[in-house]
Amino acid sequence: MRVKLKNSRIEKHHIEDFVGRTYMSFCVLLLITIIVSMVYFVASKGISTFTSGDVSVSDFLFGTKWSPEADTPSFGAFPFIAGSFLVTLLAALIASPLSLCAALFMTEIVPGWGKKLLQPVIELLAGIPSVVYGFIGLSVIVPFLRNNLPGQGIGVAAGALVLSVMILPTITSVAADALASLPQNLKESSYALGATRWQTISRVIIPTTFPAIMTGIVLGMARAFGEALAVQMVIGNAPFVPKSLFESASTLTSVITLGMGNTTMGSAHNNALWSMALVLMLMTFVFVFFVRLLERRNKI
Amino acid sequence: MQLKKSWIMTLALTSVLALSACGNGGGNKTGGNAAATNEGSGGAKISGSILASGSTALQPLVELVAENFMDKNAGVDIQVQGGGSGTGLTQVAEKQVDIGNSDVFAEEKLKDKDAEKAAALVDHQVAVVAIATVTHPDAGVNSLTKQQLLDIFTGKITNWKEVGGADQKIQIINRPGSSGTRATYESYALGTKTEDIPGSIQEDSSGTVKKMIGETPGAIGYLALSYLDDSIKTLSLDGVEASVDNVISGKYPVWAYEHMYTNGEPNETVKAFLDFFLTDEVQTGEVVELGYIPAVKMQVTRDVAGNVTAK
Repeated sequence: MRVKLKNSRIEKHHIEDFVGRTYMSFCVLLLITIIVSMVYFVASKGISTFTSGDVSVSDFLFGTKWSPEADTPSFGAFPFIAGSFLVTLLAALIASPLSLCAALFMTEIVPGWGKKLLQPVIELLAGIPSVVYGFIGLSVIVPFLRNNLPGQGIGVAAGALVLSVMILPTITSVAADALASLPQNLKESSYALGATRWQTISRVIIPTTFPAIMTGIVLGMARAFGEALAVQMVIGNAPFVPKSLFESASTLTSVITLGMGNTTMGSAHNNALWSMALVLMLMTFVFVFFVRLLERRNKI
Repeated sequence: MQLKKSWIMTLALTSVLALSACGNGGGNKTGGNAAATNEGSGGAKISGSILASGSTALQPLVELVAENFMDKNAGVDIQVQGGGSGTGLTQVAEKQVDIGNSDVFAEEKLKDKDAEKAAALVDHQVAVVAIATVTHPDAGVNSLTKQQLLDIFTGKITNWKEVGGADQKIQIINRPGSSGTRATYESYALGTKTEDIPGSIQEDSSGTVKKMIGETPGAIGYLALSYLDDSIKTLSLDGVEASVDNVISGKYPVWAYEHMYTNGEPNETVKAFLDFFLTDEVQTGEVVELGYIPAVKMQVTRDVAGNVTAK
């Protein structure tokens, strides 16, 4: 009787083990299949622009004339690549100092009520849908720029401002985590040597957590690079390299979202949009590569 | 407790499998599942499911009419998706949906190597959309000629005072090159395809275009008649006012059909739905209500090449 019970318990244990393992392997395999097939799908569709022989890779990457629906179409995507990089870098430039200050405020200056106040606000920012950011940009930022600066308000500056708010939470939370995980004795030794709080922050805390903060910034840039809707609403979407920050320009994502639904699968225009999607995907790989690189440096 | 956990696991596993199976079923959807069945000898009862996708401009109308149709025919299930005219045409050509909604003729989108795909599609014109030139209220212009419009949209005229308006820089609010609205506007208001000029603004959604024209000094753009109101100024074209009556009589030329394409002749259920669109009830009801112009009222017709003939 007793032996039998023990046996069945072992069996149950084995079954559980088996079910759990099968379920997990299934999920992992599914995930890998999905990722591989997505990469394959985007890559195969994106390459068809070049394999069909109409457009060469250098014409596509460095050509500045974009008129896919013209009688003699040209597919130069350089204005969009330039636009994407421009808004991303500007957004990172605006958001990084703000995020770093917010993170320092939360972890070093007033860890008590400062964290209680700021954390929910920043989490809220992360949860707002991008169409809302776009609409706020269109209703608040664009009229403000139009009334106070040259141009019509629509343009690179508006796009970068909207994006900088959108990537604030990403950079802030990564930076705050890094600052919070800093060994306490580092700070204590600094204070023990007679350093002030400002000296400790600027000479000890920031240099030690610098790679982690950079990780946050790169992650934020990756988000900014891929953001479509909010930017599309405020940037203007003219297919030209902008001459000023207040001039209408395009990003890769805005051109894809504007054109994808209106073109038919397999047409040259549609293929060119997929090629842009491929460029976006490759850029994501580059961002991930940088994050991994920084993570390696991160281990103190 | 342990037993419970493994049960939950198995349940989760089966539900995941079931879900993925469902997903597959949806993906393999063909026109075939809209099988119509005939019941009874009195009135023909129709049933089945219809999947329509495509033009976001036409989507609200199709959704509203579909609801009305489903109320009358309990056995019919109609799903309407957006995605854009190109998506609708692609999906109906590949038989992924039963109806592909489009703002333009299929021949205009499915060109060159895809031309034979367009030949297989059957056109059902359910409504007409007219597009008016609109400006910011302070531009100070009431009417423009075709040539003036072309000069504005190609960047030859850059200030409103050159066409008799206020001394203000013209800001073009255009649609993206692939947009059906832009294709219609270029064909019938400008007379030719135009290239984008630096500094112009491109937006796809009519709501955003309207908001921008109303707020941006010196702005010019174009909108479907249903979007017009007092926040923007509507211009006449060559002296002809953009009104429903002028479109119906053929005086105002900037309009396009809203098409619902089927791949080959539609089956009974789809045909019943498309026929329902052309009944007086819908043409004078939902169509007018949502700001479209009834296709049956048009006194002129137009073919793919743009030739207009009296009906």
